[in-house]
Amino acid sequence: MVNYSELYSERVKIVKPSGIRKFFDIVATMDGAISLGVGEPDFETPWQIRRAGITSLEKGKTFYTSNWGLAELRAEIANKIEQKHGLSYDPDKEILVTVGGSEAIDNTIRAFVSVGDEVLIPEPSFVCYTPLTIMAGGTPVTVPTVAEDEFKLTPERLRAAITPKTKLLVLPFPNNPTGAIMNRKELEAIAEVIRDTNILVLSDEIYCDLTYEGEHVCFAEIDGMRERTIVVGGFSKSYAMTGWRLGWAMGPREMMAPVCKIHQFGIMSAPTTAQFAGIEAIRSGDADVNRMRTQYDMRRRYLVEELRNMGLDCFEPMGAFYVFPSIKDTKMTSEEFCNRLLEEQKVAVVPGNAFGESGEGHVRISYSYSMAHLKEAMRRMRAFLESIKN
Amino acid sequence: MKYKEKILAMLDQDGRMTAAQIARMLGATEQEIQQEIETLENENVILGYKAVIDWDKTSDETVTAQIEVRITPQKGMGFDEIARQICSYPQVQSAYLMSGGFDLTIIITGHTMREISQFVSENLAPMESVVSTATHFIMKKYKDQGVVYDPSTQDTREVMITW
Ligand SMILES: Cc1ncc(COP(=O)(O)O)c(C=O)c1O
Repeated sequence: MVNYSELYSERVKIVKPSGIRKFFDIVATMDGAISLGVGEPDFETPWQIRRAGITSLEKGKTFYTSNWGLAELRAEIANKIEQKHGLSYDPDKEILVTVGGSEAIDNTIRAFVSVGDEVLIPEPSFVCYTPLTIMAGGTPVTVPTVAEDEFKLTPERLRAAITPKTKLLVLPFPNNPTGAIMNRKELEAIAEVIRDTNILVLSDEIYCDLTYEGEHVCFAEIDGMRERTIVVGGFSKSYAMTGWRLGWAMGPREMMAPVCKIHQFGIMSAPTTAQFAGIEAIRSGDADVNRMRTQYDMRRRYLVEELRNMGLDCFEPMGAFYVFPSIKDTKMTSEEFCNRLLEEQKVAVVPGNAFGESGEGHVRISYSYSMAHLKEAMRRMRAFLESIKN
Repeated sequence: MKYKEKILAMLDQDGRMTAAQIARMLGATEQEIQQEIETLENENVILGYKAVIDWDKTSDETVTAQIEVRITPQKGMGFDEIARQICSYPQVQSAYLMSGGFDLTIIITGHTMREISQFVSENLAPMESVVSTATHFIMKKYKDQGVVYDPSTQDTREVMITW
């Protein structure tokens, strides 16, 4: 008999399973349960983008692309970034097409983090940064963000977390799960803290097209930051293309070389069909992005109002497609709240502590659902909150 | 009217949406939205609100037909006047003036095919200006007024934040 668990690598073993899998397994089998748990658009990929993928298959484009990705796609990405942010990246050696933003994040961490290096991870945030840091041999260091600061990373908290071992700062804005964004002034304050250090930055800007007030500012726009930043971008959220698995990493040539090195051995090249679809997405997808953003925005306003009317303290999210209300007034922990809401009203939301300890006392509600779905979910949630008051 | 387009788009999707809900979703006040909706109603931009019903799921038998009508306008009686006369029958659901090979499309519902044939032969065809009619019965509806019949509402997305 092979005792497999003894054979797992130490690094894999350190990453402990969370209870969330079990929770959502229950949701899947529960009759009449409705979920507000998913983190991907409810829209299908716009038709002309799908068509471009199909056409590429019809034309027999079924081969690997270059390691860096199709030149045409990199040129489009460079164009988009130039137009939106006035930043110039050389499509030849500064933009790498990856298997989703996920691969870009993984490769960036692996390219720069050695054993003992510390990676600063603001939390609550997307769940991948900590496990990927651990599996790269690094040491994750949590930097909490709180509702009082609108879940923004503050220079004070950043400064307090920096040590001589700090190698990399993750900037996860617009943020999943809080919906927080950082404006130019706030990013400048972060830049001031790291300007005279050797700290590198991984700016996960996968939700850059989904902000609801003001234009998204790319961290590389901040004076002096381009030279130390890898920006992660993608198609999943902007163009509703999660299943295509397409994203990119973008940074100065010297930083991109090791990222591509990992990519070329581990991946070879991102899916070819997806890359052809991606070209079309950037060329013609703006109207679709606007259409979807308008829908998200209306749902966002609706949810914030509803939740506040129910008596929950709800920070107004300015990006992505989540609201992150506080449930502290109910005196329950996030997990208790989620379990009882599921049992009593059959609504599944994600406990905030799934995104880091500082998410405790909150729950994440996704609004990548139809209005009809959201309305029914809010009706049930209201009933739940009223029942626990009595 | 600041919110006109958005209000219309939202009511087009869901006519039961209240002014309060729309206001919340647009970040406006309920009163502002209420006023704009009233204006739109008074100006006959919004003509009415209806449910989209799948009658096949009820015990109420209904038959729908699309009738193509050719017309020769008479003296003092243009297309508009003829169309208005046709519209006065309550069983006529829609009437459109067409470009191309015929002049009017009429959508009509009844309880039986006979009822509809009767309408064509007794009411429509005898009209002086009607030259000819061609009746097509609708066999199955897949989508009507932007609403898909029997939508597959299965949400197959999974929660990915687990490990
Ligand atoms: C903050 C954040 N970054 C990255 C990703 C990964 O996206 P992709 O589909 O591009 O791999 C997600 C997906 O949920 C996310 O929420």
